[in-house]
Amino acid sequence: MENNKQLVIIGGGPAGLAAAIGAKQAGIDDLLILERDHCLGGILNQCIHNGFGLHTFGEELTGPEYAWRYIQQVKDLEIPYQLDSMVLDISEDKTIRYVNATQGVCQVHAQAIILAMGCRERPFGSLSIPGYRPAGIYSAGTAQKLVNIDGYMPGKEVVILGSGDIGLIMARRMTFEGAHVHTVAERLPYSGGLKRNIVQCLDDFNIPLQLSHTVVDVHGKDRIESVTIAQVNANNLPIAGTEQEYPCDTLLLSCGLIPENELSAKAGIQLSKITNGPIVNELLETNKEGVFACGNVLHVHDLVDFVSQEATKAGQNAAQYILNHLPETQHEIPIETSGLIRYTVPFSIDPSRMDDKQVIRFRLGNVLKNGYVNVYIDDKRIIHQKKMIRTPGEMESIVLKREWLSDATQSIRIETEVA
Amino acid sequence: MEIRHFTCINCPMGCPLSVTIDDQGQVVEVQGNTCPKGDAYGQSEAVHPLRIVTSVVPVLHGDLLMVSCKTSQPIPKEKMFDVIQALKSVRFEAPIHIGDVLIENVANTSASIIATKEVQRI
Repeated sequence: MENNKQLVIIGGGPAGLAAAIGAKQAGIDDLLILERDHCLGGILNQCIHNGFGLHTFGEELTGPEYAWRYIQQVKDLEIPYQLDSMVLDISEDKTIRYVNATQGVCQVHAQAIILAMGCRERPFGSLSIPGYRPAGIYSAGTAQKLVNIDGYMPGKEVVILGSGDIGLIMARRMTFEGAHVHTVAERLPYSGGLKRNIVQCLDDFNIPLQLSHTVVDVHGKDRIESVTIAQVNANNLPIAGTEQEYPCDTLLLSCGLIPENELSAKAGIQLSKITNGPIVNELLETNKEGVFACGNVLHVHDLVDFVSQEATKAGQNAAQYILNHLPETQHEIPIETSGLIRYTVPFSIDPSRMDDKQVIRFRLGNVLKNGYVNVYIDDKRIIHQKKMIRTPGEMESIVLKREWLSDATQSIRIETEVA
Repeated sequence: MEIRHFTCINCPMGCPLSVTIDDQGQVVEVQGNTCPKGDAYGQSEAVHPLRIVTSVVPVLHGDLLMVSCKTSQPIPKEKMFDVIQALKSVRFEAPIHIGDVLIENVANTSASIIATKEVQRI
């Protein structure tokens, strides 16, 4: 089976849904969402806690409710989608090969593609923790699926490694379901999780958060029986004599998220070593013409509202590309970063194609208190923005106005300045 | 007089708040905050801390095994486990729609438990 589409969107989570709606509303009728799970909505379906959508809807929704608002729009707009379908590869001429249980292997050719595959959790195997590899070790997101979707408790005596938001949320969730969460160990001297989650998921239940601590040994041959936790020094090395053993039957891991780009890499799309996502221009277009990226596959977000905003933009841009409304690129100016700025999305800007107001999202490599973010265009400072606190865990953004840039612009630089 | 300690949740600063409460249970002073939001948070957290509770309950004859749910409004923090307990012994017949009231006046909090997911009947 082979057919043609104007636009194919890979992934039916928050990014894919918003991208599809954005493209449809910009005039693309012949499009298709490919989703590998048996329902739309992606990870939001298992994020049953509230706090989603404050920016978009002005109220706090749970994950499933937030997803449902977009799923309903997709259905109202009669946007086609194919569930239980796993994309295998993308060819040079934008033919997408996917497989499902009813049709077997299918092919669809697309004029444009939007990558919206999301991210996955850093697995146990990549953490270099000594000791046994027994049953009872799960990523926090896997435990979340077991508890919230399947109604199944993975264990009763829990230790959590890593203080990402999913880990914190699961500390509360497991406690509600009758488990005893002994401790949360975080290797870094600060938590990447939101303050609100530290207070409402740990402090509310007297669960200790141990900063600069990590798991140095795993005990138990068949089922996990205990872990050894030790303090680490400034070089992240365990300090001898600080080891403490915690009996447990479950170890949950919340040690970071990685954009899922196997498909992109296989398709020859250039990836950033910093974000692990595609390198995109002001249109959120990758180095492959007509292939766009948005959401967590592009860079890991902390708020779904920003995923939806970014994905809507990607959908609109893909529509402009398909409808031949995009001017040829004149000159792409790379956005240079220095100080604590780890990266920006987009990575470059063409002033002739940018929006009147272009959002630049970025993350910092360390905490910055009372510091500034400066933007220089051709060495002239045009933004000098102070903030009480900026942290690596919270995505930051600035807005660049087109009137500041011209075809003669040579450089754009964004930096942090310590007060 | 009593002093209670909290961490402000309004921004990543996470200011350590010290709230002084008099013998009548009234807030006398909030210290440690750097902005008015912290003052307001300290006042409310010290006297009547509130939380939205979310969980899942089993579904019969549904296309999903569990339906997610939440309290219709924030409830007193000390009642969280009463609400969770009230969800342990219930199950609901599909279909269920977002916003359906599953339990009224849960654990005498005057809040309802409402569904946050669509479940089709099969």
